Amino acid sequence: MINIVWLLLVGSGILIAAVNGTLDSVSSEIVQSCKSAVEFVIGLTGLLMLWSGLMQVASASGLTESIAKAISPIVRFLFPSIPRRHPALSYISLAMSSNILGLGNASTPLGIKAIEELQKLNPRKDTASDAMCTLLAITTSSITVVPTTVIAMRGLTGSANPADILITTLIATTCSTAAALIADSLFRRASAKSRSNRGR
Amino acid sequence: MPMLAKSVLLERLVGTIQSASALAVPLLIIAILVWGAYKRVPVYEEFVKGAKDGVSVALRILPFLLAMFLALGILRASGALDMAASVLSPVLNVIGVPVEVVPLLIVRPLSGSGSLGILADLLSTHGPDSMIGRMASTIQGSADTTFYIVTVYFGAVGIRRVRHAVWTGLIADIVGFLASIIVCTLVFG
Repeated sequence: MINIVWLLLVGSGILIAAVNGTLDSVSSEIVQSCKSAVEFVIGLTGLLMLWSGLMQVASASGLTESIAKAISPIVRFLFPSIPRRHPALSYISLAMSSNILGLGNASTPLGIKAIEELQKLNPRKDTASDAMCTLLAITTSSITVVPTTVIAMRGLTGSANPADILITTLIATTCSTAAALIADSLFRRASAKSRSNRGR
Repeated sequence: MPMLAKSVLLERLVGTIQSASALAVPLLIIAILVWGAYKRVPVYEEFVKGAKDGVSVALRILPFLLAMFLALGILRASGALDMAASVLSPVLNVIGVPVEVVPLLIVRPLSGSGSLGILADLLSTHGPDSMIGRMASTIQGSADTTFYIVTVYFGAVGIRRVRHAVWTGLIADIVGFLASIIVCTLVFG
């Protein structure tokens, strides 16, 4: 999918340049964008190191675990089908908590551990269970409170206040997570209904 | 009169949001370090250990950034973006989306690193404090890469029938985009 989109972006650009007679400026732009991509990343590296370092201190001090503990009642409420004390619940809490902190590298392995635990509870091994769909709903809508890479990029490009998007991001991500959970529960009810109709 | 009161309230809210965000980074840094020290974490050693990861993140995203800088650079220089803007602007004006943000909306659910590349390009071209820059930053943080997560998570346990998971993710993306656009227009407009 991303292959088609990228091909369309590049291909249509060059085709239209040929029609518009702007191929000259396109070829100088090609050289320029390769150069600026590398320059951008070199500049970004320092800020990324700063944030990764801070987040390492945060996770070493047990912040991920504290947040996971704080949100575990919510997780139990969102996943009624998982038995209490099942390890899946704590993996889900930990994955959500590292997502909240913007620790993308840590949250994917934890999320995969969570879905492996859910698969043990799943009666049909090739079909996603309700709990898996809810986990995916939460993960794809991502509750990020500290979008570290975005802040680093804004700082690099000379923002007067790189973090001024923290609150707008928080509001937007809350909306998307709420929408995901509502949609998930509507889909789940619809499929439960059609299953019981077929059973009759 | 109620109209007036409402706009004053909104203005105050916006002011509070902006000043709260201004303090966020320094406060976050001091809070993390003091909390770490309180928890007896060797803060310097852990910081350096984490900073090492930052280098590998930067190296990992470089190819994606380059691919997107290239695509958007070509689109801009060829005049294709201006053409798309003049065709799409009646529709886009209604929802208040600048045309420059459209490629980000398309790529965001498909590729996390790809959309990061587009964000980087928009920030360096239009500036981080422009409306385009702020909207793009908010959109990047408002949702995650639906197709990537569905592929990786379900792939890990061999699920083939994903049921409504993709639809839920896409609904979340769309709501996140709309919320980003509306909130940014209200707060920064």
